[in-house]
Amino acid sequence: MTTEAARTWRPPPRIASASARRFAWVAAVAYALFAAATVDVDGARIAEGAARAADFFGGWLRPDFLTRWTDIRAGLVESVAMTLVATAGGFILSVPFGLGASRNLAPAPIYAGCRGALAVFRAFHEVLVAILFVAMFGFGGFAGVMTLVVATVGFLGKLLAEAVEEIDPAPLEALTAAGATWPSRITFGVLPQVMPRVLGLTLYRLDINFRESAIIGLVGAGGIGATLITAFARYEFESVSAILILIISMLLVAELVSSRLRRRLL
Amino acid sequence: MVEQPSLEWVRYSPAQRRHRTIGLLMAAVCLSWGWSHIAARTTWGFVLDAGVQLQDMGLRMFPPDSSYLVQLARPLVDTLHIATLGTGLGVLIAIPLAFLAARTTTPSRRILRPLALLMLVTSRSVNSIIWALILVVLVGPGLLAGILAIALRSVGFVGKLVYEAIEEAPALPVTALHTTGAGRAHALAFGLVPQVLPVMAGVSVYRWEINIREATILGIVGAGGLGMALQSSIDALAWSRVSVILGVILATVVVAEWVSARVRLRLA
Repeated sequence: MTTEAARTWRPPPRIASASARRFAWVAAVAYALFAAATVDVDGARIAEGAARAADFFGGWLRPDFLTRWTDIRAGLVESVAMTLVATAGGFILSVPFGLGASRNLAPAPIYAGCRGALAVFRAFHEVLVAILFVAMFGFGGFAGVMTLVVATVGFLGKLLAEAVEEIDPAPLEALTAAGATWPSRITFGVLPQVMPRVLGLTLYRLDINFRESAIIGLVGAGGIGATLITAFARYEFESVSAILILIISMLLVAELVSSRLRRRLL
Repeated sequence: MVEQPSLEWVRYSPAQRRHRTIGLLMAAVCLSWGWSHIAARTTWGFVLDAGVQLQDMGLRMFPPDSSYLVQLARPLVDTLHIATLGTGLGVLIAIPLAFLAARTTTPSRRILRPLALLMLVTSRSVNSIIWALILVVLVGPGLLAGILAIALRSVGFVGKLVYEAIEEAPALPVTALHTTGAGRAHALAFGLVPQVLPVMAGVSVYRWEINIREATILGIVGAGGLGMALQSSIDALAWSRVSVILGVILATVVVAEWVSARVRLRLA
């Protein structure tokens, strides 16, 4: 005789062992409770914030482009300039780093050095790098450009190295067999295979750099972020909302342009 | 007489060369404008003595104040909590939104789908540190603001990747279940969810790794964790502590990246 339960099909569990399954659940719930317990939720402060929330979201509905227009325009223009210069600089620097970090091209010590450098460039958040560079180069767009260059090299260099490691070795071998020098082997055997992809990624990075230029201004590295934090500090939520709306719409336009350009490149 | 085609090999056709020249020229114009704009607003005296500043900072940073390490335990744990709870909350919000946003599963294409897409785009367009800036004003400084900031930023990222996975999943299993008489919920639960579950898990772990990196800096605007310790050490010009904090951040990010890579390798 079969019981009803045995005739009902159930999907097999993802973790086969029942005790491991139970342990995973208990551990997850215990962690969530433990972690949530460390969070102080201050009811009074939130109630106080609720009034500001009304203010804040009210400000969203009434964006004010005009009062601070000169500052907003200067910030946006500086952000665009920073983005262009940093993306180009980062792209140029990422080529030697990326080639150096490719296992199939570079000798072991250079490979290790370039990989290590790229890992360090990516490990620190842009804001941390910006704090350091503002201390070194002073306030303003130059520190911002240097920050974005570092981040761009870390991003493009790693992806370029990955693309180079996956190339078809035949053209390179043919060039070597024909006695080509190292620079022409790179120019004709490696770069044509990876450049369309890397240029597409550079356009994508242009987008990211514009986004980031709005952030690093918070610690003094110029651009629209500086304007944004000033508006925040003065509780001018109408201007904050205008700035955020401008950033988002410029990003949308940039995305349209870059996706069209990318289609032509590929 | 027919013109003899040149026997010398040239890399690009004339049209290609023209396009490349125009592209390069446009890039050069944009760049020189950008550079002159930045250069005109730079105080070069400050830039030229960067080496001196770096040396000075280096001397102040070393030797690192290792006794400070003990005091960093709590901010470090806070940072991990912000990233983990924030990711969890973000995923919980993102998954229903992803089902609303996916063309194949949305209950209403006219109203709910555009609404869900708009929410996902808004979440992605605002960086987590700006979310934190807003939330510190609304709920006060501390962990809660950090967790909510991470969650709000993660919704768009996880939601977008999951809804794309849902749209790309083959529809055949769902149809098969429908033909056996299964209801809509059952068909999705047994025909679709198993197909996208690995994507959900992989994307969540990947976002967790990004969130660890972001959680280290949210404190700069008052949202708790290591960033708060960093900001107060910088304000106090305690550079020997700053170097300790930077070391802890580097170690945390590297470990998180390693954990995430291991987990995603097992999921794949």
